[in-house]
Amino acid sequence: MASHTASIANDTRFNNPPRATREIPHTVSPGLWALAWKRLKSDHVGMVSLVIVVVFIAMMIASGTGLIARDWAKETGVNYAPPSFVGADAEGAAPTAPSAPGAPAIEHKSEVVDPLADVLAELKGERKAVGAESVAADSDTGKSVDPLADVMADIKKDAKGRVSEVAEARAATLPFGGDKWGRDVLKKTIKGSATSIFVGLAAAAVATMLGTLFGAIAGYYGKWVDDGFNWFYSVFNSIPYLLLILAVAAVLQQKGTMTIILILGLTGWTGTFRLIRGEYLKHKAREYVQAADAIGASNTRRIFVHIFPNISHVVLVQLSILCVGFIKAEVILSFLGFGVPVDVVSWGSMLNEAQNELILGKWWQLAAAGTAMAILVTAFSLFTDALRDALDPKLKGKAGA
Amino acid sequence: MTAYIIRRLWQMIPTMLGVILLVFILFNWVGGDPAYVLAGKISNQEQIDNIRRQLGVDQPVWVQLWIFIKQVLTGDFGASWSTNEKVSNILETRLGPSLTVLLPFLVLDTALSLALALAVAYVRGSLTDRMVMIVCTVGLSISVLVYIIVFQYFFAYKLGWFPVQGWGNSFTENLFVYSLLPILIILTVSIAPNLRLYRTFFLDEINQDYVRTARAKGLSENRIMWVHVFRNASIPIITHIMAGLPGLLLGAFLIERFFSIPGIGREVILAVERSDFPVIKALTVYVAFATMASNLLADLMYKAVDPRVQLK
Repeated sequence: MASHTASIANDTRFNNPPRATREIPHTVSPGLWALAWKRLKSDHVGMVSLVIVVVFIAMMIASGTGLIARDWAKETGVNYAPPSFVGADAEGAAPTAPSAPGAPAIEHKSEVVDPLADVLAELKGERKAVGAESVAADSDTGKSVDPLADVMADIKKDAKGRVSEVAEARAATLPFGGDKWGRDVLKKTIKGSATSIFVGLAAAAVATMLGTLFGAIAGYYGKWVDDGFNWFYSVFNSIPYLLLILAVAAVLQQKGTMTIILILGLTGWTGTFRLIRGEYLKHKAREYVQAADAIGASNTRRIFVHIFPNISHVVLVQLSILCVGFIKAEVILSFLGFGVPVDVVSWGSMLNEAQNELILGKWWQLAAAGTAMAILVTAFSLFTDALRDALDPKLKGKAGA
Repeated sequence: MTAYIIRRLWQMIPTMLGVILLVFILFNWVGGDPAYVLAGKISNQEQIDNIRRQLGVDQPVWVQLWIFIKQVLTGDFGASWSTNEKVSNILETRLGPSLTVLLPFLVLDTALSLALALAVAYVRGSLTDRMVMIVCTVGLSISVLVYIIVFQYFFAYKLGWFPVQGWGNSFTENLFVYSLLPILIILTVSIAPNLRLYRTFFLDEINQDYVRTARAKGLSENRIMWVHVFRNASIPIITHIMAGLPGLLLGAFLIERFFSIPGIGREVILAVERSDFPVIKALTVYVAFATMASNLLADLMYKAVDPRVQLK
C-alpha cells in the first residue's frame, strides 16, 4: 500500500502544474519489510544470531554441493584419535594409537576387502596356539594340518594380483578427534549439521505450507469448510505430537531423509493452522478485501494475492519457530534409529555413537555434536525472537510464549 | 454444570471417531497390508492368507473398521505381535512405573518452576532476571539427549551416587533409588521452558491495576504475589499443565529408555522398533482420549479458580 501512494506522488500529473507551490520532497515511505529490517539491524543480539544461522546454512549448502567435508566417511585418523590442534606428527600425541607412538601410524589397508580375512586371522591364531604346544615348526605354513598348504602360495599370488595393498598414513590426532573408525569428527559434525538443518528447514517448509493453506481456506471460507478443517485439526491435536510422529514412523517402513521430512511436516502443521486461520478470519472482513471483491478479484486471488502478503510475517515467524522444533525432533528420532538412514550422519546418530563412547572416556564426539547443536538452536531461537519483534513490534517483550 | 459436561462429552464423539479413523487409515492403508508386516519375511502365500484371516484384513473395509471400533470400545486389542502378551495387560503393567517417575516429577516441576517464575517476575528487568533468562535460553538449546547422556555418565557411572539404570520390584525402592536420577534429569530439562512461560504469564498480571490497588490497600508483597497475581495467572498455567499431561507419559520415553524403566514410553519405542501395531494403535487411541479428557478437566478447573468464567 505504501508503494501505491508513492507512485501517485511520483506521477507527474499530480505535482507538475502548480509551479509556484513549494517543492514537495519525494520521499517514499519504507514498506513493512524495510522497516522490519531496520528494526532487526538495531537489535544486536538478533544480528549476531542471524550471522550464526547464516553461517550454518552456508555450511549446509557447501557440504551439500560437495565443497567441504566431501570425504567425511574416509578413515583419516587412527581409531578414536584424540582431539588436538598440535598436528598429526606430534611426538607421543597418540596414546590410543595402535602402532608405535611418535611416528604417524601406518596401517595397511586393502582396497578390496577380503571377506574371509577375519576367519583366516582367527584360524591362524588357533593354529599358532596348537603349534606352540605341539610342533613348533608348523607355526605359519602348517603343512601337516592344512591340505591346501601346497596351493596356498598360488592362491596368495593370485590374490596379490587382485588386491593391492596401500600403505596409508593415519593421523594420530585430529582437530576435533576421531570416531570409532578414525573418521574426522570435525567433518562428521559439518555433515551432521547439514543433515539436521536441511531436515529442519524442509520439514518446517512443508508444515508451514500445509498449515497456511489449510488455515487460509478454513479462515477465508468459514462455515462448513471451517468446521471440517477444525475437526481435522482437533483430531490431529488430540494425539500428542511425539506419539503421532512415532506412530507414523512405525507405519512407514522405508527409512530416508525424505521420509523423516514428510513425517515431521505432515504432523506439525497444527499450530500454524490455528494462527493463520485466525488471521484470515480477521482480514477477510477488512476494507481492502471488500475493495478487491468490488473490482472482481476471485476468491483464490483474494486469498493469495491480497490477504497473504498482509499476513506473510506471521508465516515467516512460524517457519522459524517450527524449524527449531523440527531440528530438535530430528535429533531425537535419528538417535532412536527412526530418523535418517545409517549411511547419513546427523547430530542424532552422532549422539547415539557418542553415548557408548563416553563410557570409554571418548568425549569428543558428544561434545562436538552437542555444542554444534546448542549453538545453532540458541542462535535460531534468539533470531526468531528478534524476527518477531522486528516484524510485529506490538508483541515486543512478550517473548517466550 | 452437568449439562455442560454432557454437551462437551457429546461434542467429543466426532473427534474420537476422527482419531479412530486416522489411526485406522494409518495402520491399515498407509503402511500397506498389515499381514505382510506381521508375516515379516515369510513369503508363503498360504501363511499370509491365514494371517489375513486372523487379522480380519480379508474382510471389506467397513467390517475392518467396525472390528477396530469394537476393539477400542472393549479395550481388547488382542495380543502383542512380538511378545504375545495381551495389549490390555501391557498397558496396565507399564502404567505404574511411568507414574512412579512422573507424578513426583510433575509435583516438583510445577512447584519449582512456579515459585522461580514468580520470583523472577517480581524482580523483572533486573540483572538476576536477565541472567536467569539467558541461562534458560541456553539450557533450552542443549539437546535432551546430551543432558541424559552426561548426567547418567557423571552422576551414576563416575560418581556412583545413583544406580546407572534398572528397576526393582518394591515401590519404595523404585521411588527412592531408581527414579531419583531420572526425575532430576527431566526436572533440569523441563524447568527452563516452564520458567520462561510462567514468567510471561505473571508479567501479564503484575502490571494490572488490581496489583496497584492491592499495594495501596497496604497488603504485604507476599500476599499480593501469591494470592492476587498467582490466582489471576492460574488459567493459562492450568491450560499449559493439563494440555501437557498425557504427552508427559510419552515425553519421558527417552528417560525410560536410557534407564530401562519398564514404562509406557519405553513400550512405545519398543513397539515402534518391532512394528508391533496393536500396541501402538491402542496407545495412540487411548492417549488421544486422555488428552481430550484432560482438556475438559482443564475447562472445569477454570471455573474453580475463576468464578467469572462462564461455562457455555
